Amino acid sequence: MASYTRLNRDQMAQRVARDIFEGAYVNLGIGLPTRVANFLPADREIFLHSENGILGMGPAPAKGEEDPELINAGKEPVTLLTGGCYFHHGDSFAMMRGGHLDICVLGAFQVSAKGDLANWHTGAPDAIPAVGGAMDLAIGAKQVFVMMELLTKGGESKFVQACSYPVTGIDCVNRLYTDLAVFDITKHGPVVIEMIDGLDIDELQKLVGLPLRSAI
Amino acid sequence: MIDKTLASPEAALADVFDGATVMIGGFGTAGQPGELIDALIAQGATDLTVVNNNAGNGDFGLAALLKARRVRRIVCSFPRQSDSQIFDALYRAGDIELELVPQGNLAVRIQAAGAGLGGVFTPTGFGTLLAEGKETREIDGRNYVLEYPIKADFALIKALKGDRWGNLVYRKAARNFGPIMAQAAKVTVAQVADIVELGALDPENIVTPGIFVQRVVRV
Repeated sequence: MASYTRLNRDQMAQRVARDIFEGAYVNLGIGLPTRVANFLPADREIFLHSENGILGMGPAPAKGEEDPELINAGKEPVTLLTGGCYFHHGDSFAMMRGGHLDICVLGAFQVSAKGDLANWHTGAPDAIPAVGGAMDLAIGAKQVFVMMELLTKGGESKFVQACSYPVTGIDCVNRLYTDLAVFDITKHGPVVIEMIDGLDIDELQKLVGLPLRSAI
Repeated sequence: MIDKTLASPEAALADVFDGATVMIGGFGTAGQPGELIDALIAQGATDLTVVNNNAGNGDFGLAALLKARRVRRIVCSFPRQSDSQIFDALYRAGDIELELVPQGNLAVRIQAAGAGLGGVFTPTGFGTLLAEGKETREIDGRNYVLEYPIKADFALIKALKGDRWGNLVYRKAARNFGPIMAQAAKVTVAQVADIVELGALDPENIVTPGIFVQRVVRV
């Protein structure tokens, strides 16, 4: 049995942040991906997009400086960086759907081996469905990054052969960041590009239960 | 002299009829035209179809319109929120119809109506539950879903400033759906914080040209 310590959520966010390059136009989804903003390197100019109509979104304002008309997609108060701008929903979703964003980072319930994403609906009969911009983000950015814990609390892999939850988009995920490994999703299936210290490909293979190739 | 300004929200909404489709601007409460919604509640029109990104927050504005049971059907992208209890209860009781639309499809369908298009082929939603039963087409190697325009009898939007010709500028992220809804409705009513003299708005910076706006009311 290998001995390793999973990344915590801040470490996962740090890992994603490392791959966001100078000059990138980026949308960070609601939930875990929002945390990536805390770890973007200060020496890189990165443009954060918020689907409600902001480019150049800045951090949360100081207490008392909140403006109810300056909020992010999660409806939390934010700020605008110098040089940032506002625009209407048509333009905002043209940026998203039209392939103008370099990267979007999304959370997920499940990702499939061919890059299908499930993150909008559990499919439970009593759930009130809500989709927001999830389906536009899933298919629109040049690169779609997903970050999630690899396993459920019960130990089942969330990286699956085929999603059992309703999908948000098909063949859309390019890279999957988890607390145990990072995967590229290619035409020829998933490729492991990183594993945490102490984990080996055999052990990872057992946890995931999918045919994995290693590029390490 | 053309003067699109009206004295009050009540005067601006006097002709909203039962069964009308009403677009309401806003993303959550940012850009929600609260005074116009209050006037719509007081006006009494019912059996409405409402188009909005959400389905109301708390117990004011759009949520209050729902609570007053004036809305038969809502077209939106994200009804479920931490404070959407009024919608949640109506939905669970089967007392409101929901058409759930991905947010970008909502925007582009509204834009299609405003631009006079018969429909749009959008990649968003392809292969998902929300595209079930819809026509699809492969174009240049990519899969698209045919979505139809969403038009309205009335659009109720919030802007920062307007003039008597209906030109509008907005404030920060409250702009959201305002400019596109203004194009998609037969009658667009804008509530503004200020009505300014013609020429006071910089023509280079007018966001919604007055041709898309029929009524302006200061609140």
